[in-house]
Amino acid sequence: MATLELKGITKRFPGVLANDQVDLKVSSGEILGLLGENGAGKTTLMNILYGLYNADEGEIIIDGEVKTFNGPGDAIAAGIGMVHQHFMLVPVFSVTENVVLGVEPTKGAGGFLDIAKAKQDVRQISKEYGLEVDPDAIIEDIPVGIQQRVEIIKVLFRHAEFLIFDEPTAVLTPQEVEEFFGILNGLKDSGKAIIFITHKLKEVLEVCDRIAVLRRGAMVGEATPEATNEEGLAEMMVGRPVELVVDKAKSTPGDPVLEVTDLIVLDDRDHPAVEGISFTVHAGEIVGVAGVQGNGQTELVESLTGLRSVASGSVMIRGTDVTHATPRQIHEHSVAHVPEDRQRSGLVMPFTITENIVLDGYYDEPYSAGIKMDWKAARKKAEELVEQYDVRTPGTEIPASSLSGGNQQKVIVAREFGRDVKLVIASQPTRGIDVGSIEYIHERIVEERDEGSALLIVSTELDEVMALSDRILVMFDGRIVAEYEGGTVTAAEIGLSMAGAS
Amino acid sequence: MTAATAAPGTPEVLIRTPAEIRRSRYLGFTYLFLAALVLLLFYRWSVDLGNFTFKLARPTDPSAPDLTLSAGRTTLIVGAVLAVLGGIQLSRGFGKATNIVLGVGLTLFIFAFLAWATAQSSLGQFSFVGMMNQTIVRSAPITLGALAGVMSERVAVINIAIEGQLLAGAFVAVVVASPLTQTDQALILGAPLGNWIGVGAAILTGMLLAWVLAVLAIRYVVDQIIVGVVITIFVGGMTAFLALRWLADNPQLNQAPIFKAIEIPLLTKIPFFGPVLFKHNIFVLGSFVFVALLTILLFRTRWGLRARAVGEHPAAADTLGVNVYRTRYLNVILGGAIAGFGGAFFTLGSVGRFDENMTNGRGFIGLAAMIFGRWHPIGAMAAGLVFGFADAMAQTLGILQTGVPSEFLGMAPFIATILVVAGLVGKARPPAADGQPYIKQ
Repeated sequence: MATLELKGITKRFPGVLANDQVDLKVSSGEILGLLGENGAGKTTLMNILYGLYNADEGEIIIDGEVKTFNGPGDAIAAGIGMVHQHFMLVPVFSVTENVVLGVEPTKGAGGFLDIAKAKQDVRQISKEYGLEVDPDAIIEDIPVGIQQRVEIIKVLFRHAEFLIFDEPTAVLTPQEVEEFFGILNGLKDSGKAIIFITHKLKEVLEVCDRIAVLRRGAMVGEATPEATNEEGLAEMMVGRPVELVVDKAKSTPGDPVLEVTDLIVLDDRDHPAVEGISFTVHAGEIVGVAGVQGNGQTELVESLTGLRSVASGSVMIRGTDVTHATPRQIHEHSVAHVPEDRQRSGLVMPFTITENIVLDGYYDEPYSAGIKMDWKAARKKAEELVEQYDVRTPGTEIPASSLSGGNQQKVIVAREFGRDVKLVIASQPTRGIDVGSIEYIHERIVEERDEGSALLIVSTELDEVMALSDRILVMFDGRIVAEYEGGTVTAAEIGLSMAGAS
Repeated sequence: MTAATAAPGTPEVLIRTPAEIRRSRYLGFTYLFLAALVLLLFYRWSVDLGNFTFKLARPTDPSAPDLTLSAGRTTLIVGAVLAVLGGIQLSRGFGKATNIVLGVGLTLFIFAFLAWATAQSSLGQFSFVGMMNQTIVRSAPITLGALAGVMSERVAVINIAIEGQLLAGAFVAVVVASPLTQTDQALILGAPLGNWIGVGAAILTGMLLAWVLAVLAIRYVVDQIIVGVVITIFVGGMTAFLALRWLADNPQLNQAPIFKAIEIPLLTKIPFFGPVLFKHNIFVLGSFVFVALLTILLFRTRWGLRARAVGEHPAAADTLGVNVYRTRYLNVILGGAIAGFGGAFFTLGSVGRFDENMTNGRGFIGLAAMIFGRWHPIGAMAAGLVFGFADAMAQTLGILQTGVPSEFLGMAPFIATILVVAGLVGKARPPAADGQPYIKQ
């Protein structure tokens, strides 16, 4: 029986203690959940274990023997396999090529690839562990769920005994998650030791044998699924009791605010990404758009906010046709936009908080008069909003890049909600931020609704859509394939629609 | 993704994206435009001209009959065929054969053009075999430059220093070979030993320049475009200076024998194809060998798989224990070796002496050939041949005296190339990480 042990692992980055004396142990036939918020040090710890970083202190012990890893090659040789959060697959290669890359079977002198043998090996592993996959398929043509199987086969092909999964469910539909758990249990039964890294409480409770919780780089405790529940784990993760359920009254929809009719939008390669969808969002209602990433949500939001041109169809905001309006014109219709990628399109990272706060209104009163900016007014506004929206920062004159993800997101929400708004279009409003900030942003969203705004929330986190929405639209392959009343539908039902079943 | 999940048994529905429809239409109108050109101009001009003759053998070549046809009838038939192709393309398209049909169509168009040009000439004939032989000769340095680019960009390092590598190779080859070949020596594969040493020196020079590029681009993460431009400008200035200040006073250092065409048993005896394809010096034959070799290496070996992985997704390769930096250094430097070899062609394979800026942009054309060839060695050669043909045809038209200034006729093939590449070839996809330095976390 194989055991892997980490003892007293410490890793410092400039100004940050990423791992602080972390101990961890996992053995064959066991699934260990490693739970922690983004930035708690999970990924750093695993990168140390995989030889990508060197620890400043501490040791890695495998079967009683102390190991030093100078690169992933050493870790692989020691039986460690990692399925990265962002898949490490070459998109234009076949499944087989990806699996064998780095340890290719060859024939004869000169290193000629033995693709026939490689395919045979892939089929063999695929059969042995029930990971069905076509060895000849090209990675970019297959769905994410299958790509994940390829990653697992890759690890098994290298005879890994210890399998690390870094946020493996982030990209999967609920059905794919169930399937993935089946695979995980299969691996466990065949004697593999598994470390499952996640921030999703439900998932660790469902599949893990033991759960270790990291907070701010330190191990704060261990639990078993039998002896704890979501609230308990959340409290360990965050360090204080957390409200997991969004508390909201029934909605009272008013007049239509956003009316979308037969909208068609093309993606960057001129293929239709949104294929003729129609819906309406009313004042005082939250409409959630669920769906697996890449089914047209990004293009939908971009077209509604004027960032992408509309191929055909129409968009009306409060009775005005804004189909071909510019982002600024749309903004001036009292529309707030929380973009999908806060670092790329939500904030200018090197700009200060103040500068980011006035990005949407710098050109007008009260921040500018003629060609001169009134920084005093800008700072005053920024200070107000930082206070009001609970942005944790030493001041308003520091660059946005120095804030944590959660606080960056709060700056965006503050800017967008901090004026008179009639329509909110928010994409992934809480992606990759801490539970405390999620709780806060959800409260603000509900508050906006109760003040009579119309809200369109696009999220790939099904739990989030279900918790917030009064109405749920499901997008699949550029179309709205289902519509549900909030609170009357189960995750499984929505999950089926997300996978395109009707 | 949707196409892959189509249920088996259901007839395959031809899904055409807007881009494909646009391309199809563009193609159709191109055929019609070419047909109109042929019928309204070439046919009208040649209808009273009588016959034209393409010579398929020169006096020294294995004998082959001449090709003699009526210019009027030829242009009429070609025009009609192009019009039909255009009609079919617009109505239902050619599906998978689209590109092959396009190649045939363009070839026919050029054939009609040459038919008229020959028929109107006072000569009434020209050496087709000579033109095709020149096509191959002139494509060789372009292909070699393109292969150097393929080697480098497949591992995601952009090498626009190819022009400089060619020029440096040309210079060093002749300067090394000249003093070593002052006495009579036995010929080895078409040239004395001194020439071979010159080629070796050119290869080393190409590798040295590639190493400089690699160190600056990989270790010091300098912008690859800037490094490439700087190297090219440096080599251009340096060789011009040395040619003027040093070689001008020492002409014996700038005078080497050239590599002669090699007689390959049997192959060079084939009528027409022998002289066109095989009766060449080692640079031209070497370009064939490199194309085959690189194709096998890149797509059939472990080394190639790793190199391509480094170019597409270096982080993935790294996590699997592939040394990204070493792979990049190796490929860039090997690419430099090929460029250095190609550079020697300009002096030792052609005129036997160095002239200022004698590569004349061939390295950049090689880069274009690499892109049109979609980063594939065979594609690179095909593109190199197109450029070589353009070159050779311009030369032929000069001889035929078409009445149109030869500079304009020389442009025609390039314009055709631009039209083809801009609208018809479709978007080529470079290696995903091309030009991006890899920085380990």
